[in-house]
Amino acid sequence: MEKMSSFGKMPSFSLPFTMGKYRTVFFLALFLIIALSPSCKDRPKAVNSTGLENSTGEPAYGDSLIEGTIGEPSILIPMLAGDSASHSVAGLIFNGLVKYDTDLSVIGDLAESWDISPDGLVITFHLRKGVKWADGVEFTADDVMFGYKTIIDEKTPTAYSEDFRQVKKAEVLDRHTFRVTYEKPFAPALTSWGNLAILPGHLLEGKDITKSDLGRNPVGMGPYRLRKWAAGQELVLDSYHDYFEGRPYIDHYIYRVIPDSATMFLELQAGGIDMMGLTPIQYTKQTNTVFFRKNFQKFRYPTFAYTHMAFNLRHPFFKDKRVRQAIGYAIDKSEIVDVVLFGLGTPATGPYVPNTWPYNPDVKKYEYNPEKAKQLLKEAGWEDTDGDGILDKDGNPFKFTILTNMGNTLRKNTATIIQWRLEKIGIKVDIRALEWSAFINNFIDKKRFEAVLLGWSIGLDPDQYDIWHSSKTKEKEFNFISYSNPEVDELLEKGRRTFDIEERKKAYFRIQEILADELPYIFLYVPDATPIVHARFKGIKPSPIGISYNLPKWYVPEKLQRHRMEP
Amino acid sequence: MVLYLAKRLLEMIPTLLGITLISFFIIHLAPGKPTDILTELNPKITPEARERLEKIYGLDKPVIVQYGLWLKRIVRLDFGESFSTDRRPVMEKIWDRKQPLLDRRLFITFMLNLLSMVIIFLVAIPIGITSATHQNTLYDRITTTGVFIGFAMPSFWLALLLMMLFGVYLDLLPISGLKSMNYDSLSVAGRIWDRLSHLILPVFVSSFGGLAGLSRYMRSNMLEVIRQDYVTVARAKGLPENEVIYRHAFRNALLPIITLLGLSVPGLIGGSVIFENIFGIPGMGQLFYMSVMTRDYTMIMGILTIGAILTLLGNLLADLGYMLADPRIRTK
Repeated sequence: MEKMSSFGKMPSFSLPFTMGKYRTVFFLALFLIIALSPSCKDRPKAVNSTGLENSTGEPAYGDSLIEGTIGEPSILIPMLAGDSASHSVAGLIFNGLVKYDTDLSVIGDLAESWDISPDGLVITFHLRKGVKWADGVEFTADDVMFGYKTIIDEKTPTAYSEDFRQVKKAEVLDRHTFRVTYEKPFAPALTSWGNLAILPGHLLEGKDITKSDLGRNPVGMGPYRLRKWAAGQELVLDSYHDYFEGRPYIDHYIYRVIPDSATMFLELQAGGIDMMGLTPIQYTKQTNTVFFRKNFQKFRYPTFAYTHMAFNLRHPFFKDKRVRQAIGYAIDKSEIVDVVLFGLGTPATGPYVPNTWPYNPDVKKYEYNPEKAKQLLKEAGWEDTDGDGILDKDGNPFKFTILTNMGNTLRKNTATIIQWRLEKIGIKVDIRALEWSAFINNFIDKKRFEAVLLGWSIGLDPDQYDIWHSSKTKEKEFNFISYSNPEVDELLEKGRRTFDIEERKKAYFRIQEILADELPYIFLYVPDATPIVHARFKGIKPSPIGISYNLPKWYVPEKLQRHRMEP
Repeated sequence: MVLYLAKRLLEMIPTLLGITLISFFIIHLAPGKPTDILTELNPKITPEARERLEKIYGLDKPVIVQYGLWLKRIVRLDFGESFSTDRRPVMEKIWDRKQPLLDRRLFITFMLNLLSMVIIFLVAIPIGITSATHQNTLYDRITTTGVFIGFAMPSFWLALLLMMLFGVYLDLLPISGLKSMNYDSLSVAGRIWDRLSHLILPVFVSSFGGLAGLSRYMRSNMLEVIRQDYVTVARAKGLPENEVIYRHAFRNALLPIITLLGLSVPGLIGGSVIFENIFGIPGMGQLFYMSVMTRDYTMIMGILTIGAILTLLGNLLADLGYMLADPRIRTK
């Protein structure tokens, strides 16, 4: 119905320009006056704003935390879900056997402790006793067994079964002991049991998991329980008073679906939501006002992801290591971080996040040095012989295209800066943004690209076998740049076959040295996560793994509580 | 008459079949698959796992076979299961019987579009008539400019400005969504106001943008009609100007509006993506957009089929409306 366009019989008419102009100008002026008026912008919210930032107050039960989200969860059974919204809500309802501590070491969740046999092949989990599902039934090793059997079942449409297919034998020793045996030592094995959300076996046994009601009415034993799910609007979770780590302070956690980020930011200002992720410009500029400083707390920490430019190593231009290194010297990473991310990120030097244990800080850094870049290109035979400003070799000009996905402004801006920098050393770059599915299916999978600008989300375990191993170069596999180095292959194998952290560290440090020298990717930056939370929430302790890991311990002092909901 | 109806309805069947066939092939031609959300750039997936997933979704069969299977279900009015990870029936996602009527997607979009359509008709028709009767006066120019500003202004921009003004600075109206957090604890009157206040901005923005088409159409119809001989005759008889316009001219000028009404039937359930996203309204536009982005084939086909049926029915209704309203067409 919007914008009907039935102009078929319309007689000719002339637009009265003068009138129109004045009206438009008037409206524009009106809006601008309202929008820019500083007294409006910094207007403090009336409720509970006195002493918000300084008062600590005692932990108290009550209040609601409303988080804004762009995507709506699809299904709350983690092994069936593919989107991050589903995983994030299901993470509050279900638990795994182990989880990561703030220093990235592994600690128990549903498992109290575990033993690993000296040869690394057998893991025995000792489960917590007396933990109850939200429906009152006791949690036992049978639930773990059920979860394992379901995820490896051929009929379960899951993308996460691979780690569990490495298991040779799984057995329930008694009600609270669960043992798994592996064919070969497999270092990511322990943490993989943290990714398997344990499902209530007694409710699902013998049923088709995809037809189950559990995906929309989950029964878990995590800190929160789902009370209401209004499709496309909100998910309301209530705290689970019998949660085994203690009743969460905040009574209600509400996940509000607001698909537009500009709208979400307005809701934040109007008090409609308490927490959201900010864009770089919102973090540095739009929230830099008295109103925000008084009413909100902002956080900043590196995400487990990095953005990179990957070369197709089968392409004649990029076969030569010197050419890749030259491009490395020609790009100023800190400039990209400053311009594209408003400084909210760290230049990357390899495929790991700075300040985590696998990260090697002493690799070759490629400081911006266009002279060195030109010299390396010259060594590789690239020179501007015809004087058109573009380097050439055997009559071929150095021209290539960077492909990236459509709709990601950060990547597009990054590509533009790279284009500008490379032009200065005589390389002509085109940028092409493609719709995601087309990009992956027609270009990445078919290896029809020269260079791509992409990002990887990395797990907390450093195993990156699938990205760098030379056996993973087939269609749909992830070494799509065709990288191959026998030493790296061997180190990757070694890294996933030992549980000794020092041994693993040695392997991954060496891999980073090799990657920094050979430069199959230009590692560009690790972006920061920049969430904002209303100032009345206390007890938030930022850590390398973010802020939400201790959500059950957040609280609002009694006199600052805002939302009281009818039970 | 009955024969005519039967003939028209029969004609609809091959048309519908053609529409679904073409749609089915086009969406399968687009790169990507429903399983991509699970498999793409997920280093933990193996080719075997990918094949397993595609088999579960029936995507390993040739497209024509898939279409046949789909058609076999659709003639039994079974729209199938959504291909998104939740695997819920398509009809349940459009019209969830477990939810209150006010929270069902189709109902939300339908009500919202109906409301703005009623407002557009109520505002645009008088504007069109009066600017025709006052052609080329200051009033005509002001209304013309006004409706064209509405037409030309990007709705997302206007929506954001209004949200800032009424939601943040004046704190009078809610910004997005359909109801407040404390809705369940409100009195009946409070609930009604809560619902209405959430509708004010969306309905205003969508009506403002839709005024131009109808009012200009009405104006040109009216201009054409008041130059006709019978209007001159009415004036010559000495009838008051009001009677000439609203009794004799108006009725005839309204006739072409029937076509517009018929054509807007499918629009009632279509919903606008931009508009529903910006106001956080969980309607059909959002659902359709999400299904396209995730290549949720059954969902896309479900919505397209319903849309196609409504378009065809709308056309038929418009033709019937003409026959009822205009004796000249009836006799043919």
